[in-house]
Amino acid sequence: MLLTADDLQAIGLTLRLAGIVTLILLIIGTPIAWWLARTHHWLKGPIGAVVALPLVLPPSVLGFYLLLAMGPHGFIGQFTQMLNIGLLPFTFWGLVIASVFYSLPFMVQPLQTAFETIGERPLEVAATLRASPLDAFFTVVVPLALPGFLTAMILTFAHTVGEFGVVLMIGGNLPEETRVVSVQIYDHVEAMEYADAHRLSAVMLLFSFMVLLVLYAWRPNNKKVAAI
Amino acid sequence: MSNAIHARFALQYPEFALNVDLELPGRGVTALFGHSGSGKTTLLRLIAGLQRVTNGYLAVNGQVWQDDQLFMPTHRRPLGYVFQEASLFPHLTARENVRYGMKRAGRVMNQSALNDTVELLGIAQLLDRRPHQLSGGERQRVAIARALALHPAVLLMDEPLAALDLQRKQEILPYLERLHTALDIPVLYVSHSPDEVARLADTVVLLERGQVRAVGSVIELFSRLDLTFAQDQDASAILTGTILNHDAQYGLTRIGLNGGGRLMVTQLTQSIGEAVRVRVHARDVSLALDEPGTSSIVNILPARVIELREVEPAHVLIQLEISASEQQRLLARITRYSCERLNVRSGQAVFAQVKAVALMD
Repeated sequence: MLLTADDLQAIGLTLRLAGIVTLILLIIGTPIAWWLARTHHWLKGPIGAVVALPLVLPPSVLGFYLLLAMGPHGFIGQFTQMLNIGLLPFTFWGLVIASVFYSLPFMVQPLQTAFETIGERPLEVAATLRASPLDAFFTVVVPLALPGFLTAMILTFAHTVGEFGVVLMIGGNLPEETRVVSVQIYDHVEAMEYADAHRLSAVMLLFSFMVLLVLYAWRPNNKKVAAI
Repeated sequence: MSNAIHARFALQYPEFALNVDLELPGRGVTALFGHSGSGKTTLLRLIAGLQRVTNGYLAVNGQVWQDDQLFMPTHRRPLGYVFQEASLFPHLTARENVRYGMKRAGRVMNQSALNDTVELLGIAQLLDRRPHQLSGGERQRVAIARALALHPAVLLMDEPLAALDLQRKQEILPYLERLHTALDIPVLYVSHSPDEVARLADTVVLLERGQVRAVGSVIELFSRLDLTFAQDQDASAILTGTILNHDAQYGLTRIGLNGGGRLMVTQLTQSIGEAVRVRVHARDVSLALDEPGTSSIVNILPARVIELREVEPAHVLIQLEISASEQQRLLARITRYSCERLNVRSGQAVFAQVKAVALMD
């Protein structure tokens, strides 16, 4: 076996993290993107900017603020303590919450673009065909925005797999809890295990390339992805 | 006249105001006619509930769709809507598009009525195709079938031909004309084309800058000299009649005008006894004071001058009543020079020489 047991464990943890984050973001990112795509409210600008913040913010800054928020005096920390689930930093679920913030734009922006492209007309048509707004969303918007959904999910998943700074700030380096692939590679290098670092890095490189290949090859006019 | 649709809307934008209070018939095709910016599409969207004003009232067949307390959302209104451009769902086949509404509507066409509609619109062989495999005209026919399959209480059509080129228009117009005779529900048809209105409409609502300028039968409104139709270059009168007989030897058809009088036209395909509607352009009608003895013009109708109006410096438009049939009108567009030379005045008896008859239906 080329990869060590620790490596495999890190890969498993990473996939689990990315999968859960993608699922959560699909559920909360869709309504945000829908609202941003259709509203003329003055809050559209500010909220759009907040959603896009993780694109430009250093992960350490985001991680730092999240660490404070999840700490004993932060609002998330107070809340989790009230619920008797203790504090989230340096736990898997702390990492999940941090990743949800970190990967939010990668879910919301492709969806928002997809929704904006669809426009108002198909919804009006659906309404004249007796479809309620919710019905129309699932039977018209979702099928028409399917490429957007796939793009958003792939990007979110891949971006969560690739995160490092936020993990270090929030999760630390606990085997089976927060030691994801990117941290594991860092560990290998720290320990001068260059061969192990090489193998795992190659896996990541291949994975990232495959993801992007699928994204670009499968839709020729995928300029929206390139814009992100 | 049973008034099945009562619509009252007032809307005020900085650039545009709409103010209408209409009673519309529960049968036949009512054209909402006007130039762009007249508010015709806005009115249709208000009736569909796609657009909303707070102080409006709308009742269809006695059922209130909107008043001060109530606003029935579009998906609860028993209507059919055909949009201007092809609005088929691209992810569904033509058949699935038609089924989409049928699955959701409480009251739908039964299978045989649906088959008839599919037959009427000539889309049977298109049903398994996806919208991108259909021509613009075919897509619009599927869209009409999709709206009709809902068995709507009213069919709303927003310039269904406007996005099509002339050839596609010609392809789809016969289907619309057939619908006109086959349907027993009111149709509201938005259009800016006098040609379509002349061919399809029974009643016309003429809108100008958000106000109702006139409401009446298409025949009446087309012949009124004070309205936009008569002021158009293509000003024309619409005559109704039935096929009397065909003359195979000369390739002609005789039409008996409703009320009396006859017209001879090049041979039609309709069978004897069938109702037809013809359009006579004002520029194709000339006047004579005495019955012309020898002329190549076969259609010469005794008529009486009702009204005159100068339309351009050089021309005068004249509304005529056909003597044999007092409810039928003709328009004649002659030069002001001729008008003065003949000393044409209202009430005068003249002979209208019809050079050409445009056929419809």
